[in-house]
Amino acid sequence: MQETAGAGKLEQGASPLLALPALVLFALFALVPMGVVVALSFTNYNGISAPTSAGLANWSRFLHDSTTHHAIWLSLEIMLLSWAFQTPLSILLGVFVAGRERYRAVLAAIFFLPLLFSAAAIAVTWKNLLDPNFGLVQNLAHRLHADRFPLDWLGSPSLALYTVVFIISWQFIPFHMLLYQAGARQIPLDVYEAAEIDGAGRSAKFWKITLPLLRNTIVTSSTLIVVGSLTYFDLVFILTGGGPGFATRILPLDMYINGFQANELGYASAISVVLVAAGLGLSMLLIRLTGFGKFRSAYE
Amino acid sequence: MTKSRRAVALVAALALALAALAATAAASGGKVLVWTIQRTENNAENAAVKSFKNASVQIFANDPYKQKLSVSLGSGKGPDVFMNWGGGGLKQYVDAHKVVDLTPYLNADKKWKNRFFANVLQTAAFDGRDYGIPNVGMQPVLLFYNKAVFAKYNLQPPKTWADLLNVVKTLKDNSVTPFILGGQSKWPDLMWEEYLVDRVGGPQAFDAVAAGKKNAWSNPDIIKANTMLQQLVDAGAFGSFESTTYDGTVTATLLGTGKGAMELMGNWEYGAVLQNSPNTIKNNELGWQPFPSVPGGKGNPKDLAGNTSNFYSISSSTKNLASAVKFLKTQVMSPAYIKTLISDGDIPPVKGIQAQLKKSANATFTLYNYNLVQNAPHFQHSWDQVLSPAAASALLTNLDRLLLKQITPQQFSANMNKVK
Repeated sequence: MQETAGAGKLEQGASPLLALPALVLFALFALVPMGVVVALSFTNYNGISAPTSAGLANWSRFLHDSTTHHAIWLSLEIMLLSWAFQTPLSILLGVFVAGRERYRAVLAAIFFLPLLFSAAAIAVTWKNLLDPNFGLVQNLAHRLHADRFPLDWLGSPSLALYTVVFIISWQFIPFHMLLYQAGARQIPLDVYEAAEIDGAGRSAKFWKITLPLLRNTIVTSSTLIVVGSLTYFDLVFILTGGGPGFATRILPLDMYINGFQANELGYASAISVVLVAAGLGLSMLLIRLTGFGKFRSAYE
Repeated sequence: MTKSRRAVALVAALALALAALAATAAASGGKVLVWTIQRTENNAENAAVKSFKNASVQIFANDPYKQKLSVSLGSGKGPDVFMNWGGGGLKQYVDAHKVVDLTPYLNADKKWKNRFFANVLQTAAFDGRDYGIPNVGMQPVLLFYNKAVFAKYNLQPPKTWADLLNVVKTLKDNSVTPFILGGQSKWPDLMWEEYLVDRVGGPQAFDAVAAGKKNAWSNPDIIKANTMLQQLVDAGAFGSFESTTYDGTVTATLLGTGKGAMELMGNWEYGAVLQNSPNTIKNNELGWQPFPSVPGGKGNPKDLAGNTSNFYSISSSTKNLASAVKFLKTQVMSPAYIKTLISDGDIPPVKGIQAQLKKSANATFTLYNYNLVQNAPHFQHSWDQVLSPAAASALLTNLDRLLLKQITPQQFSANMNKVK
């Protein structure tokens, strides 16, 4: 009797009350602050005096501020570069360490290391390695009598962005490698065995089986990279502070500098509203474009 | 078991609540709460609070302090006396009516007011009203140089702009970085800007900017100063400044080891060299002098730039106004306070302390600084502290771009004119 009642409840799904704690926390720490930020974007606020109404001034500034436009452009650039750099490398590494041999497991553990460091530690380390006066890179080049070689990796406006993308990728590739490793291990071995019987070689198996069956993993990983690139902050902040000039002043940094260095929290709020909207829009777009929402099995 | 645990928890909660009550009671019980930032030594502040008896001090790290202060003053809570940097940052609080006007108290006691250097007190005064009194030593910016490098290439420290260009050329030809500059930190760039604008255009050029005059940045003297600055960049005077950070270690080491020949930096660099490259000081290889003159310019070559001092101001939400004023008057820059500052290597901005300075550890350097400020017709407080935070942020970014040659001096002025 009791068992049937229990089963009946199960069919109705869990009680909505169970979601309440999470919903309350989400509302309190995500939705309410977002609402406040939207409201602040229509004010002049320096964080000291009470905010005064600014009408649409912050938004019209957003439309005309060339520094912010440049920041948006840089954010797009860093997004595309991160994706283009991280995805192929992560797939290759992930598929490689998916194999069961012991040496692959050892290598996987080593590749995994950067993921364990905090972004701040990674930034400080790389900054020191690349220091033009005392850095290891400079030092090595000097010993090899290649004094012309060590470019000013973080100091040159034309190189800084690429250096930053490289270091970001160094940090995040291990994570995506892990995703692909798990994805590749899900692929049933008999699919490969069947292909072998049909005479498929190593590269044919990769292109015709592994890659198509990793489809859902690629979508997940790409979404994380693309949306995640909107939140890059700590690493860039410590490495370059947005410089030299505007060379690495991506949108989150532009927001920080406007908000907390220039004390213009109204304008910074307008920028953060755009960041939130862009993040939401991008993830929705990616889900729609890739049909991920339908959770179609990759094996169909 | 559970019961006794609960009892313990209850007692603990009660104790916490009581402690909190006691704390608030102490805060409003006439005790002066002082907020200040961490320095190498905070002995003077600690001793002042101890000797006043009815006061306590809280010490914060430099960077979080600004935000902490703005939050607490903005909400009307917080300290009675707070440390600040004068200038535009303080003015924001003054405009928001968060700061007590000290003018009547200072005027009522001329002896108190006359203790301080007038050109330093000026930093915390707006429209002729005083809002703060100095609480630490003066930090003028000097041109430091490595004597060994100068001797090796048979050079004399540059007295004029023409000398400076010649010295740069010789050093550059010998693969020595002429000037060390922590350009990635941005604010060190500002020292060059402050001195060049003063030497070319006199103090009035920046006064117009600080007063918010329309198109004040388009002053031809400022454009000329920035053109000269870009000439220096073209001459390779600053080495790999774009990726050099100022952190108190890097530049002092470069200067001490002679990898770079000169550095324009606040007088604290003496201490940094002493720490990172002690032999340079021991062998008398560190030289210093004022910024060179620019012949034909409007500025007096004796004019200085730097940090005049930090300041103590009183929060207008204080419930202990009388004690707070008394604390400032009797404890800050009292003979004992001055003595402690000097023994910690500071140079207090007060009159008539040569004899005391002569007995200090680095007497030669300290006295040099003291006399320099005393004889300076104008002591310009750091621009990023004088201007509003928004303008300061724009200034540092535009200056960075000027040095990278991404914008012309004309564009620099146009960009800065647009900032409120």
